[in-house]
Amino acid sequence: MLLLIARRFLFALITLWAVSVVVFIAVELLPGDACQAFLGQMAQGQRLDNCRSKHQLDRPAPVRYLKWADGLMAGDLGQSIKRDKPLADIIGSRFRNTVILGLSAAVLGIPLAILLGAIAALYRDRQADLWISGIAIFCMTVPEFITGTLLISVFGVWLGWLPGIVIMRADAPVLEVLSNIVLPVITLTLVMVAHIMRMVRTSMINILASDFVLMGSLKGLPRWRLVLQHALPNALLPAINLIALNIAWLMGGVLVVEVVFNYPGIGRLSVNAIADRDFALVQAIALLMASIYISLNLFADLVTLLLNPRLRSQRGTG
Amino acid sequence: MNSLHTLLTGILASRSGRFGLSMVLFHVLLALVSPWLVPYQFDSQSEIINHIGPSLQHWAGLDTLGRDVLTRTMLGGRQAILVTLLATCLALTWGGFCGIMAGYKGGRTDEVIMRGIDIFLAIPFMIFLLLVIATFGNDPVVMILTLGFFYGIGFVRLARAATLDVVVKDYVLAAKSRGEGTFSILFREILPNVRDVLLVESAMRWSWMLLAFSALSFLGFGVTPPTPDWGLMIASARIYMALAAWPVLLPMIALSSLIIGINLTADALAKSLGLDRSTRVLL
Repeated sequence: MLLLIARRFLFALITLWAVSVVVFIAVELLPGDACQAFLGQMAQGQRLDNCRSKHQLDRPAPVRYLKWADGLMAGDLGQSIKRDKPLADIIGSRFRNTVILGLSAAVLGIPLAILLGAIAALYRDRQADLWISGIAIFCMTVPEFITGTLLISVFGVWLGWLPGIVIMRADAPVLEVLSNIVLPVITLTLVMVAHIMRMVRTSMINILASDFVLMGSLKGLPRWRLVLQHALPNALLPAINLIALNIAWLMGGVLVVEVVFNYPGIGRLSVNAIADRDFALVQAIALLMASIYISLNLFADLVTLLLNPRLRSQRGTG
Repeated sequence: MNSLHTLLTGILASRSGRFGLSMVLFHVLLALVSPWLVPYQFDSQSEIINHIGPSLQHWAGLDTLGRDVLTRTMLGGRQAILVTLLATCLALTWGGFCGIMAGYKGGRTDEVIMRGIDIFLAIPFMIFLLLVIATFGNDPVVMILTLGFFYGIGFVRLARAATLDVVVKDYVLAAKSRGEGTFSILFREILPNVRDVLLVESAMRWSWMLLAFSALSFLGFGVTPPTPDWGLMIASARIYMALAAWPVLLPMIALSSLIIGINLTADALAKSLGLDRSTRVLL
């Protein structure tokens, strides 16, 4: 058991290292470097050479990778040449904002998704299921920027209940952030609920058809106990991994949602960083997102391992 | 042709399948013939810019530059559909091949391919997509290659899992003991048996790619103006939404109906083939 956990940790670390190499190489392969992007029209001759030697861009790539990786280990993300600031200062509060956004959506969405999924499974192919599943397909497929725009025009412009776009400084206090994010959170939640609900529904349907549920009902267990105590926990087990993957996948959606609502988070920052070719910043954000993905995955793996005794005897499931 | 017939009857068996498939066919046909159907040039501007609401001449009104919204919406899906369809084929080909190889060969090959996949799964592909486009431009070929690469990763996992179910079957063993070559086994024994799974997944991935493509053009990275494109149209007209709703609503309806259509078709297909789609991992 301990060995299995250690193995998972080791794999996660190796993956993280490999991702850092891939990210570094990918940015390295792009034509132009940070100094050219910084100097723009003036990027030639002595000025370019000076800038490169100042930021040590004239060193060979492996040396720079080692220096970058060394800094990362010590918690130093490096320096943005373009913005002339430490990256940690730029990313810090925006990362916090994105986490607030994502967490609120998750806290709101996951219980709702489990509830709806269970209901849909219990009333399979009946009115309730058809409605829930139908709306889920709709929420899942309509792009976030359309949902977001529609929400803004209904609640922001038409009814005037909520601010349409977020106008705040990146380092605003948490309470102010929370009061601003109702619409972005709803947008994210809709997509998330739809995805997770469908998984819970399927997994619940499979469990409800299994022998032990039949056994329980033959034994005369009340329906609510059968569902809440026996079926639901077992149905959620396979869903945990998928939920973690989903949340990580939704990070792509966060990017669009943040742009739509003008939200000062890491997604919008990355779009800006790409638009003005701030390679160091892009690298740092990409690595940050990758590490979130890896740790969520690891977390889900460990939780399933702890909750499901059947997995413990096997070797890793790949 | 028999199998195509089976697939079609499967989709058409349910109401949502019929609806979805007709949506998709409508959009694909429209994309093929729209250049001959549109009432105006996509970039011709009307002199009556101040009259932007729907009228007899312009059924869906004009956008802020005085261009006919109906014309642009009819043309707006062509590039998106072409790019994402080709990218889906690319993703299916390389992802399916790698996955089947990993599942069939096992051992070293499997280990190498799957660890590589783990790494690329962890990379935030939206940022990468933006980065590639920002650097190499939004040429359709670049888009097809990057979308095809990143969305092929999911196919690898799926094809591998499906192959693992098939390789243990007796008919594969029989083919092996008959002394058939690897490629003969891959194409004649394994591929026909994982085809259904890959087909449903292709439909899903096509819709996700459409989502990604339209998100890219919404962010201003997808297509270059004045080329009409749904995502771009929504992005540029949504600022004036309170004043003029049609320039936003029409491309929204077009894009959403296509994606919903694909999903309903995929769902109906999965149901009729007895595959369960909703437990599939997203990426």
